[in-house]
Amino acid sequence: MSSITYLEAIREAQYEALRTNPDVFLYGQDINAFGGAFKATKNLGREFPGRVFDSPISEDAMIGMAVGAAVEGARPIIEMQFADFSSVGFNQIVNQAATLYWRTQTPCPITIRLPSGGTAGSGPFHSQSMESIYAHYPGLVILTPATVEDAYWMLLDSVKLDDPVIFCEHKFLYYHLKADDFGQAMPIGKARIARPGRDATVVTYSAMLHESLKAAEELRLDGYEVEVVDLRSVKPMDTDTILASVARTGRLLVVGESFPWGGATAEVVARVASEAFHLLDAPPLRLNSKDTPIPYHPNLWKSHRPTTASISAELRKLLRY
Amino acid sequence: MIRSRTLEEKLGSLYRAGGRIVGGVYLGRGQEAFSAAAGIHLRWDKDVYGPLIRDQAGRIAFGEPLIDSLRTYLGVVTGPMRGRDGNIHRGQPKHGYMAMISHLGSLLSVVAGALFARRIKGTLGDSAGATSIGDGGTSTGAFHEGLNMAAVEKLPLVVSIANNQYAYSTPTSRQYACENLVDRAHGYGIEGHSVDGTDLLACVKVYRTAFERARVGHGPQMVVGRLLRLGGHGEHDDASYIPESMKKIHESRDCLTVAQQQALDLGWTTQAELEAWHKQARQEVDQATSQVLKEPTPDPYRETWQALSTTSLVEGNEG
Repeated sequence: MSSITYLEAIREAQYEALRTNPDVFLYGQDINAFGGAFKATKNLGREFPGRVFDSPISEDAMIGMAVGAAVEGARPIIEMQFADFSSVGFNQIVNQAATLYWRTQTPCPITIRLPSGGTAGSGPFHSQSMESIYAHYPGLVILTPATVEDAYWMLLDSVKLDDPVIFCEHKFLYYHLKADDFGQAMPIGKARIARPGRDATVVTYSAMLHESLKAAEELRLDGYEVEVVDLRSVKPMDTDTILASVARTGRLLVVGESFPWGGATAEVVARVASEAFHLLDAPPLRLNSKDTPIPYHPNLWKSHRPTTASISAELRKLLRY
Repeated sequence: MIRSRTLEEKLGSLYRAGGRIVGGVYLGRGQEAFSAAAGIHLRWDKDVYGPLIRDQAGRIAFGEPLIDSLRTYLGVVTGPMRGRDGNIHRGQPKHGYMAMISHLGSLLSVVAGALFARRIKGTLGDSAGATSIGDGGTSTGAFHEGLNMAAVEKLPLVVSIANNQYAYSTPTSRQYACENLVDRAHGYGIEGHSVDGTDLLACVKVYRTAFERARVGHGPQMVVGRLLRLGGHGEHDDASYIPESMKKIHESRDCLTVAQQQALDLGWTTQAELEAWHKQARQEVDQATSQVLKEPTPDPYRETWQALSTTSLVEGNEG
């Protein structure tokens, strides 16, 4: 019986990080006694007195503070209440944290947790996926766990890394995604074949993995075997695993929840087109959200983001070519 | 102050001569007293210092070797930034010396974070932090967020505000609507101090109080210095937007001249000794300049082009 949720994995990883490394501390809005807006830090303040701090509503200062603390050898985990609000701390992330090592040879071991992605009724400012924005900047590691196991192990690995990590955890997976245990750790930077196939490759990550797996299952009923690759980390991107999959299938669809202009999905298509054009039997396709702010009402929201149905439709188009 | 002024005169002439200095030159002429008075209260490797654009004097007082300024302006590999960043964007974070980025106000929370981490680790002791900003920089959200956070945490942080009347070309009347910047200290729940930034003795006295109070747990201290930068925003800027009458008043209150007169009046030094110090500073700067001019500039073929410290996560290096 599956009993550990994705959210509990994130809490447990922070527990473990605090327990095993005295340099780790947590800083974020409402995360101490209240346990965080999503309860990702529930009881951690009580279990680790003096290591979990409520911050003012100051995303810029929160990241700046983490950078200063990292210089002193601390390994802060910063919780953004919603990924969307990290835009207020954007300058500190891309200009302060991301440039520190390159400019001064001083490592910057900070982990920034971004509760990301859409859930019904969350609207334009509590639904965003920021991985593509941050991946554009040098000096950051961008992780997008899609499973309970990855949520746990990749968060623990983030804290151990000597570089700033943007940890994009998906809110849609928080309560619904469950596993029996934390399973095995896989290294950061390696993609995973989530479902093997031979007729087409879907490259995806985060919550879209699960929509893509369902779409692949739908296509199976029509006799197609679709391979699904879970990127796990958007940056670095495991190009080798992607190319190997395309070599097997000859067809590529890339699915992401963030906005369609540029971004992680475009990066995958660009790499495959330039490095493996000869392997493609059909033009590579991308599926992202629509190019509008994220709508509030579920009727609109379900049509704004990629879903099992829209991914299946794209796959059929790809397979018919 | 003498060494700072002498060094900056050299930087200005290297810039005007063209060739070796790429990019701009940003000088602290007229702000040396206010900057140095903060720097002398800071200890290298013990305190945390986040200086800004016009803090050459404070940087020297803190303990940065004078030659590091030249090395960074000339971008040689022997400097702390090794050609990857230049001019005033330099520091050695491991020694408590933060390297500013260009985005104003954003260094405040970084200095605060270093102090915060020390407190968590139990290593804060009597260490303090200091950072600087101008009148213009106080208008940023980052400044407000950082100072508010430092106030909430009651960190031992001294924030210098050099109110030099102009943010690049914008006068203070277009920058803030309050009567005095120091009045804002009350709003943050911190202690505020005001001083004539051209008066070295007054600056030293105010900073002594501010640092003492910060170190014993009275929380952040705001020190506002009234002064005028005696030059443009950078050496490319003739400061034609500053009225001549205002320039004249402040040129006659050059903080270096004031400080030297103060030292003479108090019998701390003699005219002959002052002249000797100037001569010594010129020799030091000339020697450093000729040395740095011989030092190697960065080689793009030997540059690692690696923004992450974790080599295995650099794309193309996965092995």
